[in-house]
Parts: sequence; structure tokens; C-alpha cells
Amino acid sequence: MRRTALGAIGVATLALTACGGGGDGGNSDALDYWLWDANQLPAYQQCAADFTESTGIEVEVTQMGWDDYWGSLTNGFVADTAPDVFTNHLSRYPEFVANGQLLALDDAEATADVDTSIYNEGLADLWVAEDGNRYGLPKDWDTIALFYNEEMLDDAGYTPDDLTDLSWNPDDGGTYEEVIAHLSVDKNGVRGDEAGFDKDNVAVYGLGLNGAGSGQGQTEWSYLTGTTGWTHTDENPWGTHYNYDDPDFQASMDWFASLADKGFMPQLETTVGASMADTFAAGKSALNANGSWMIGQYTGYDGVEVGIAPTPTGPSGERASMFNGLADSIYAGTDQPEEAAEFVAYLGSTDCQDVVAEAAVVFPAVTTSAEKAAAAYEAQGIDVSPFTTHVEDDSTFLFPITAHASQIDGIMAPAMDAVVSGKVPASSLTGANDQVNALFE
Amino acid sequence: MSTPTATGEGAHQPPAPSRTATGRRRPGRLGWSPTRGDLPAALFFIAPALLGLVVFFLVPMIRGVYLSFTEYNILGDPTWIGTENYEAIARDPLFWNALGVTGQYVVINIVLQTLLALGIALLMQRIAKSTLIRGMLLLPYLMANVIAALLWFWLLDYQIGIVNHVLETLGGSRVAFFGSEEWAIPTQALINTWRHMGYTALLIFAGLQVIPKQLYEAASLDGSNAVQTFFRITLPLLRPVLVLVLVVTVIGSFQVFDTVAVTTQGGPINASRVMQYYIFQKAFTESQFGYGSALAVILFLILVLVAFVQMKFLRGNESDLG
Repeated sequence: MRRTALGAIGVATLALTACGGGGDGGNSDALDYWLWDANQLPAYQQCAADFTESTGIEVEVTQMGWDDYWGSLTNGFVADTAPDVFTNHLSRYPEFVANGQLLALDDAEATADVDTSIYNEGLADLWVAEDGNRYGLPKDWDTIALFYNEEMLDDAGYTPDDLTDLSWNPDDGGTYEEVIAHLSVDKNGVRGDEAGFDKDNVAVYGLGLNGAGSGQGQTEWSYLTGTTGWTHTDENPWGTHYNYDDPDFQASMDWFASLADKGFMPQLETTVGASMADTFAAGKSALNANGSWMIGQYTGYDGVEVGIAPTPTGPSGERASMFNGLADSIYAGTDQPEEAAEFVAYLGSTDCQDVVAEAAVVFPAVTTSAEKAAAAYEAQGIDVSPFTTHVEDDSTFLFPITAHASQIDGIMAPAMDAVVSGKVPASSLTGANDQVNALFE
Repeated sequence: MSTPTATGEGAHQPPAPSRTATGRRRPGRLGWSPTRGDLPAALFFIAPALLGLVVFFLVPMIRGVYLSFTEYNILGDPTWIGTENYEAIARDPLFWNALGVTGQYVVINIVLQTLLALGIALLMQRIAKSTLIRGMLLLPYLMANVIAALLWFWLLDYQIGIVNHVLETLGGSRVAFFGSEEWAIPTQALINTWRHMGYTALLIFAGLQVIPKQLYEAASLDGSNAVQTFFRITLPLLRPVLVLVLVVTVIGSFQVFDTVAVTTQGGPINASRVMQYYIFQKAFTESQFGYGSALAVILFLILVLVAFVQMKFLRGNESDLG
């Protein structure tokens, strides 16, 4: 879940220096709007300007890095200086709703009757809480695909087509593991599937590692576990029981951890620090599973030719990708609920999302705008179909939305670290699962 | 981190209050008693500091103690739950882990920092007399903790850090300085030692200046060698300063936070989940401000105890100079 922002953090911290507190900004009549992704800032500034032009309502846009965003927001709630409108995340909003910090969009005129059929299927439903009220209007979505180093692929004797029909299973890893093994090269030039491969002295890992993935594994392993029929929770959204004790899931995690042991993936302890994308650019790994919000970063490195392939199919015969979406929410303490709702409705409209689409930084939630974004990527010479195929083939599953998200993270992050680092077998997750499920009792 | 300036500044003064001098100036009086006329002026000068102390320290502290007996998520109202938080903490394996990890950090940090600082201080007194060189020793301390931590985070990165590159070029193997459970805490202790040893050395150096030269002259006339002089004269007479340095750095070390927060964030697994980081995690990440407050109160009590024991047993408020 953090991953959505990781790409932005570096840029964000640099761009942040001029940003003030936001809630107590200079123009008291203006609406305050916060977002964390610096890549999207120009597009949303354009949207805000267009909105002001047509309605006369001023908007001050503030961007701050993911690391500061949620703390500042919570402080804002307490001090009553939170922004009127802000970008919200699925993992956070249930707790805000539970504490009465969000305005139900159904109660505001401008957002009461928004036509949600313009959005990609399922995105709008994510933001309806257990009380039946809507707390956010979708703005974008993301899926997972495989970024690869074209030169390394070529050296290994593969063509891009060889990556389009990979299959995976938790027993022997399928053709996915075969490719990962063959792409791994040790310091002597021996490949991972050849005799004499020195797994302790690997020059290029077949698969990069981003971290252990905590409880979601959004970019790390959920695209694999999702193909076995396993789901994070009993139902989604608003599940009340997690399934980390499932033997099939644990078998998948044992397979995942075994890649590091075989020398096909870096050891977890070596990945603390530089991001997976940066080490990929430095030629340390050939294949990286990552989210669509990272397209700009991967294709932006100098001197590295990058291609994108779809994630492998699994035991179910289908591919799988976590489907995550951001939305704009309104702070319950806003002085201008109607104006804020007008702005949220505008941000969620085709007009604004087309502007975001042209910037080619994310896939907008509006279906027709997402198509325009794909075309904008295409114009830059980037084929993003491995990401969009999940939506077209309906192979997505939703980001798990439940109560207690931050406490679950506190339990699952160290538990997954221990498994992926090979310190304990995946069966140890049963204990962590009991702790997690105890939160719902 | 390990040397709060408010406390640190006092150390620039000679450690042994010259009781005799005070006595000489006011002959016939045992103590000094305020006259009524001084009171308004005294209050005027104390007021700003007192206000800051009350608003930013006393009130939050009392409120923190109160919150430690409640369940509080900051957005709602606190609910009184008695000692439930403390009972839960006693059963919380991560609390005991945090104590252990913090203890490990404190030991490594204090031992290394004090020894190195003592060595540097002696060198400053004997050899490095140039103000420029003495000043340079303070440079790391002038860098913000977060910057120092990030700098080393990059230098020591396993995959693309220059230190590991050099290690490998020299024939060694790469070390996961931040990523491995064994190294995470020692690495952070070393970074903070690097940052603080110049400052600590300066405090000890100030202590060395106070030791009268005649003692050394007398010792050399008696044929004492350098080692004997150090253990018989320098170290005993340095005790008050060393105790002060120890108390301040130990208290600071127990509160290590920013280095952890910008590098390992408690990981790998729980290897660097030190007390302050665990408090932060519980309160600000997981919104359990009651539980976090209870942890903070426990840390506070531990620090009071540690400081008391150090002052008591090392007799930090007495000097052998007399």
C-alpha cells in the first residue's frame, strides 16, 4: 500500500520545500486541496485552475510527501486545520470514517447524484463504507505488471513475446521460475539454470525484490497468490477475517522466499535502502514486478531500455492483479461543504480526468479518460497494455479494505519480513494471523 | 540526539563549584537569602523559561501520564481504563524486545563514544592545539541527525553504496549494514557515535582544562609515567565531568529515534524497534495514544532511575579537587 507513493517520495521531498501548512493558508475563502504524488501535481493544478475559472471558487493545492502526509492530516483533524478536500487511500479511510472525520458525499448537493457508471467497474463501490454512505469519488487506479531490462532479455536469448504467456504455480514455479532462473547470472557469467551457478555471488538477479510486502504484498507477491484462488480476507470490502493461515497461501510464500535461497532474487536484508527500481536501473536485476504508477520512473532512466510484460497466469488459469484506487474525500469539519463537494465532483469528472490522462502519469478512474491515458503513453512509445489487460480481462481483485489497517500492518510487516528473509517458514504466519483476527473480536 | 543542548550547556562551566570563593566574598554568611526587593526582577527573568517549561514540558507530561490510563485515538475522547495499558505492556513481547534492543544500542553507543571521546580529548590537550582542528572535530555534530543518518544510509547501502563497493574491491564481502538483524543496531550506534564523539570530547576537554598543572608537575617529579598519571590523576579528577557526560549521553541514547525512523523503521523484523520508535509506532501510526503514553511513562521512569543510580554511585556532584 505504501508503494503507491514510493515513486513519488523522492521527488516529493524535493518539491516540498515551499509548501506551508495548507489548512491555515493565506486565502481563507479558498478551498484547500492536498495530494501526495508530486508527479500528478501539475495536472491537478491545471484542474484547479479550470475549476476556478468556471465557478469562481478559489483552490489552493498543496502537495506533500507520503511520509508527512498522513501525520499532517491527522494533526489537521485534531486542530481543525485539515484541508477541505484531500486525496484519500483505501487503507486509511475506514479509520477516518469510524472517527467521523469524513463528510458523506451523499449529503452534499453536488456529489449526491454523481453518475458512477463512468468509472471503471468496482472503483466507485470501494468508497462506500459499511454505513452505506459514500466517502470518496474515484480519481485513478493501478494494477501490477512486469518491467524488464530489454538488453538482459536479449542476452538470455528471449524475445519479448516469450514473456507474454508465462505460467506460475507454487510447487515448481512453472515457466515463470524458469525465466527468472535463466535471467539470473553469477559473477562468472553462469546462468541460474546452468550447472555451477554460484548463488552466493550473483551479478544479476532474475527477479528484483521490493520488500516483504507486509500484509498486502501489493507489488511483491499478491499477483501470484491471487492466481491460486486465495483472498486476503473473508470478504472485500469490509472483511472481518484474514486468511494468512491458509496452507495454499503459505505454500506460495514459501516458494517466494525460496527464490532468494536459490540466488534468483536478492536476500531481503540486501534490499533495505536503495529502491528496487533504482537497483534495476543499476543493472542488478532483470525483471521487476511493480505498479502502474511506476511507469514513468522505469521508462525514465537514462541508458536502460525497459519493456513491460504481463504478470504470469497461475493455477486458476488466469492472471491476477491487486486493483487499487485513490479517491478525493471531504473533511467533515470544512466550512464550505457545498463548494468542496463541487470541487470533488469536478475532480471526478471527465473534464478533469482527461487533463490528468494527457499528463500520462496514472490511469484515471473514468473509463474513457483511462483510454486517453493509454493513448498518451502510447504516444511516448510505451505499451501499457500489460497493465490495462487486467482490467479488460477482469483479472483484478480489490485492495483489501478492513478496519484496523494500521495495527494489522504493525503485526504483518515484521511477520512477512521474517518469512521472506528465510528466517522462519511461512507456517509461522498462522500465529500472526491469529493476532490479526483477534483485533476483530 | 544523545546530548540535549539544554543540559549540555552547563558542562562548559568548570565542574567543581568553587565553594571557597563564594565563601570569601560573603564572609560570615552560611548561605544567601533573597531580599524582597529582588523578587520582581527574579520573576521577570525566570518567567520566559518558566512559561516554556510549563507549556511545553509540565502540562504535556501531566497530560501524558493521564492519557496512559486511557484508551485514546486522538480523534475521539479519551476513555479511562485504569491500568489496562500497563498490564498489556507487561505481556507485550514487542515492549520487552524494545527494551532489549534499546539496551544494546545504549551499551554500544556509550562505551564506544565515551572511550573515543576521552581519547580525542587527551589528544586535543596534548597534540592538536590548533583551533581549526579542534573545531573540525565538532563538524559532524553540526549536521542534523536525520541528514547524518541518510548520508550513511546511502554510503552503507548494500547494493549501490560506496562502502560496500570498496569492501568488495578490497577482497571482502558485502555487509548488509542496515538490512541484517545482527548489524542494524550496531550500525546505527556507530553512526551516532561518529556524530557525537567530537561534542562529547569537547565536554571532556573542558574537564581536563580544570585539572591544575601543578598536579602533573608533581607527578612527573615523583617519576610517574604517562599511564600512571592518567589512571592516578587525570581519570579520578575527571570523574565529575565524566559522570555528567555519561548521564547526559545515556539518557539521550535511550531516546534514540530519528536515525531509526529514517533508515530501518524498526526492521529488519524487530531488530531495531527501539523504545522511542515503538512509542511513535503505537501512538502516531496505529493511533493508540493511550498505549503509547503508557510506554512513554515507563521510559521516563527508567530514565529517572538510571540517572539517579549514576549520580548516586558515581558521586557526580562531588569533586576530589576539593
